[in-house]
Amino acid sequence: MGTLTPDIQLTAILPELILASLALLLFIMEPFVPRDKKRRLGYFSLAALAASGLSLIPLWGENISAFNGMIALDRYAIFFKVVSLTISTLVILISFLYIEIERINLGEYYGLILFATVGMMLMPSATDLLSFYLSLELMSMSFYVLIAFMRKDPKSMEAGIKYFLAGVFTSGLILYGIAFLYGFTGTTNLKAIQAYLSAQDLGGSPTLTMALILLIAGFGFKIAAVPFHMWAPDVYEGAPTSITAFLSAGSKAATFAAMLRVFITGLGFSYGSWWQLLWIVAVLTMTLGNVVALVQTNIKRLLAYSSIAHAGYILMGLIANSQTGRAGVLIYLVGYAVMTLGAFTMIILLCRKNMRGDQINDFKGLAQTHPAVAAAFVLFALSLIGIPPTAGFVGKLFLFNAAIQGGFYWLAVIGVLNSAISLYYYFKVVMVMYMQEPESAMPLSFSTPLTVALWAMSFATLFLGLYPEPLIRAAYQSIQTFL
Amino acid sequence: MTNVYGFPILSLIVYLPLAGSIVLIFMSKNDHKKIMYAAFGFSIATMLISFLLLPGFDSSSAEMQFGEKASWIPTLGVEYLAGIDGISLLLILMTTILTAIAVVSSFTAIHERVKEYYIAILFLETGMIGVFISLDFFLFYIFWEIMLVPMYFLIGIWGGGRRLYSAIKFFLYTLFGSLFMLLGILAVYFLNANPEYGTGQYTFSLLELQKLNLPLSFQIWLFLAFFLGFAVKVPMFPFHTWLPDAHTDAPTAGSVLLAGIMLKMGTYGFVRFCLPLFPAGSHYFMPMMMGLAMVGIVYGALVALAQKDIKRLVAYSSVSHLGFVMLGMFALNSQGITGSILQMINHGISTGALFLIVGMVYERRHTRLIQDFGGLSYRMPIFAAVFAITLFSSIGLPGLNGFVGEFLILVGAFQSNKIYAGIAMLGIILGAAYMLWLFQRMMFGPLDKPENQNIADMNRREIAYMAPLIVFMFWIGLYPKPFIRILEPAVANIVQRVNPGMNQAKPEMAKKSVPLEKKVVPAAAVSIEPELPSGVGD
Repeated sequence: MGTLTPDIQLTAILPELILASLALLLFIMEPFVPRDKKRRLGYFSLAALAASGLSLIPLWGENISAFNGMIALDRYAIFFKVVSLTISTLVILISFLYIEIERINLGEYYGLILFATVGMMLMPSATDLLSFYLSLELMSMSFYVLIAFMRKDPKSMEAGIKYFLAGVFTSGLILYGIAFLYGFTGTTNLKAIQAYLSAQDLGGSPTLTMALILLIAGFGFKIAAVPFHMWAPDVYEGAPTSITAFLSAGSKAATFAAMLRVFITGLGFSYGSWWQLLWIVAVLTMTLGNVVALVQTNIKRLLAYSSIAHAGYILMGLIANSQTGRAGVLIYLVGYAVMTLGAFTMIILLCRKNMRGDQINDFKGLAQTHPAVAAAFVLFALSLIGIPPTAGFVGKLFLFNAAIQGGFYWLAVIGVLNSAISLYYYFKVVMVMYMQEPESAMPLSFSTPLTVALWAMSFATLFLGLYPEPLIRAAYQSIQTFL
Repeated sequence: MTNVYGFPILSLIVYLPLAGSIVLIFMSKNDHKKIMYAAFGFSIATMLISFLLLPGFDSSSAEMQFGEKASWIPTLGVEYLAGIDGISLLLILMTTILTAIAVVSSFTAIHERVKEYYIAILFLETGMIGVFISLDFFLFYIFWEIMLVPMYFLIGIWGGGRRLYSAIKFFLYTLFGSLFMLLGILAVYFLNANPEYGTGQYTFSLLELQKLNLPLSFQIWLFLAFFLGFAVKVPMFPFHTWLPDAHTDAPTAGSVLLAGIMLKMGTYGFVRFCLPLFPAGSHYFMPMMMGLAMVGIVYGALVALAQKDIKRLVAYSSVSHLGFVMLGMFALNSQGITGSILQMINHGISTGALFLIVGMVYERRHTRLIQDFGGLSYRMPIFAAVFAITLFSSIGLPGLNGFVGEFLILVGAFQSNKIYAGIAMLGIILGAAYMLWLFQRMMFGPLDKPENQNIADMNRREIAYMAPLIVFMFWIGLYPKPFIRILEPAVANIVQRVNPGMNQAKPEMAKKSVPLEKKVVPAAAVSIEPELPSGVGD
């Protein structure tokens, strides 16, 4: 590398800088806000997210590479920054009342969400394996604490420890993979790695294969792909529900964003050596996720397995290695974020004093007591299955499109069979809501921010299904980066 | 694609029921009367507007009419493309009429969660009509899938028996088939975009994709993908197991719409998409399709004979009747296809009426077991007459609608395959057997059950909603010409595509052309042989 003049361009990380400094400010303010006024910190963090989002507007269309090729600010990065900011905003909106009920309404909760968001925003920007690793750690560290945030609940503690151990192990795997790649190519910069790999014909090199396996395992852990998924159900069940939603939507989107960048910008040339591995992982992931979800009675575990299955679908887009496939990953992640957050919002609504509300039976007769809420859940379930006209359908259409276009017919057929299976367990919940009599007349935990979020998510699920054109355009423009 | 009215009448027909269900959402759920009248009003309005299609329809043209076209998702080549020909026209009219009847028939049958019930029915109507007007695969698939949802709720909430099981089974089976069809749609989409086979454009428009000429090897796979989607819905023989459950456990209106309209979507799918898109594939699978249809006819009829539950009996009779529809369609000649489409309408009318009749009995006695009845004709003379007419229409008695359809189907089928057609005839005889036996056990004999002593005859509302169905039974039976005339150009268009030698040739010629095409393939010397027997046959 030699000595370099420092290439500092703060504009490239302006949105993250704003968010991180406001998050620090929040931690400073925290002790001065009385316990019953902690909501104000929530509103403050919403403002912080909005400020960060506003700073993105003038940056759209820019193509900056800064910090000696460590960080890029291109349309792809901005697309995912917007996604991450939206997810965090929704998570905070649905958290207000929930964390009061669970008695974890501390300022740190919001602060850590903001820090995780900073990590999630940096991940798709990382064009160097080291900057990628650092942003991944920033996100993961925040999650370690957030998952164990219900200090007095043993399940939450257990989940925190599990996620921590799995996460540390993942970091090790990724670092090891990075080390192999560095030893092999002499650089950690993705573009330089690509240049090196394309110059030499090293298809079957064992070092490269080793590096690929380690990286796939590392990413596999983070997106909960089979066989690296074991932590997911326990962690999803134990963590505070809002954090489960955040983990399921946000962490997955950011990890996929980074994965796409690493595998296409960095390792695109050795596609021939990694697609089979991913093919197997994808098939195992969607099949196991869907089949095990069939027998769950706890809805958080059910959604955990469903989230595993969805990771399998999304991998199809990466395997297809085409414009359609990459756009499909982006589109699916947006749709997935909205519908899965929507589904978790239902559980939050059911969480009342003295009642966790995370069993499927807790949904009994909801359609009669709260028809609008039940209808919203049906919408999210349809979207998760991939029935039109919903966001999930458009996403799946793109992924299947990519698979068929690339000639991966079997992958498409397995994906289709899995979608049909998934109908059964999502509609098990719908069935309980609509076809059984209500048991308790306890009111749901409504709060204005949550209602706003729920309406927004329902609207987005339907709108993206009926008129996906803007999203598709944005996705295609974003992946121009890889051309 | 022309539209004589200058305003989007098709969209109006499709979305008016949806508007109705949205209006219902905002009504008070305790005001049952108002809800019923609102639902009735919307379904009748939809029906009346759909009648407006008739004067504007040019029955001499095979073109898609009342066309609507708008850009929707240009990046994918998706358009909002709607239009109808004679086939869709008849099915749309049947849908709007049957839905209105289904709404009226539910007035006294549904007492719980009335508001949601009518919302589901109106929503379902939008989905069903939408399927018949869509000419863009994306649009078509949306309607195709979305209508499963209200039907799932209709069976699951207002059904009886093992309603939860039946509802999810219905949903799973159909979704399973549809998803394979989706893959097929995507494959056609990409093949068309490949300049080697198609126009090189990304489009979901059926009008464009119809021009594709794919090699047989592709057509075989694509046909199978679409086959799974449609055959489950029809349902054809090995995929029929969801039907008796769903029909039996659905509420009366649900069964009427399920049997009357939703099953037709499968057969409609075959005739609208499979035949024109994959003509060679259709020829290739013709023996299999006719064979499965034949098995369905005989099997459905035999199982119907053994049923103890009236509704289950009618459900199995549907398997048998839909077998006729498929048999005629895959005769791949104009008589067969015309008969098959006419039979779709006939089945909608007769089986719809039969389910309504079962519903009337069930409402009075809360049982559907045949053994609980007997001698009803003494107490219910009007009912007995209506039942008898419906029954004969279902059997296919000359003078009633079923006869015309079955006759055309058999004429078509005999030209294609004498053996299958001959065995299918057996189905008609069995059909007469199970239906007449049912009538005998329910209506005749001694009135020995005390519960049946005071059973009431049909009231005015029931007569009112059965009357139009009876009128159609006689109309199609005695003077089917207007119906056939509407179908003619559309059918000719499809036959032209799937069996090009057929249109100009006389029926006798067509008989030869089908086997010849297949037997020419082996060696040139052998190809003389098949001419001998067929020459003798003439």
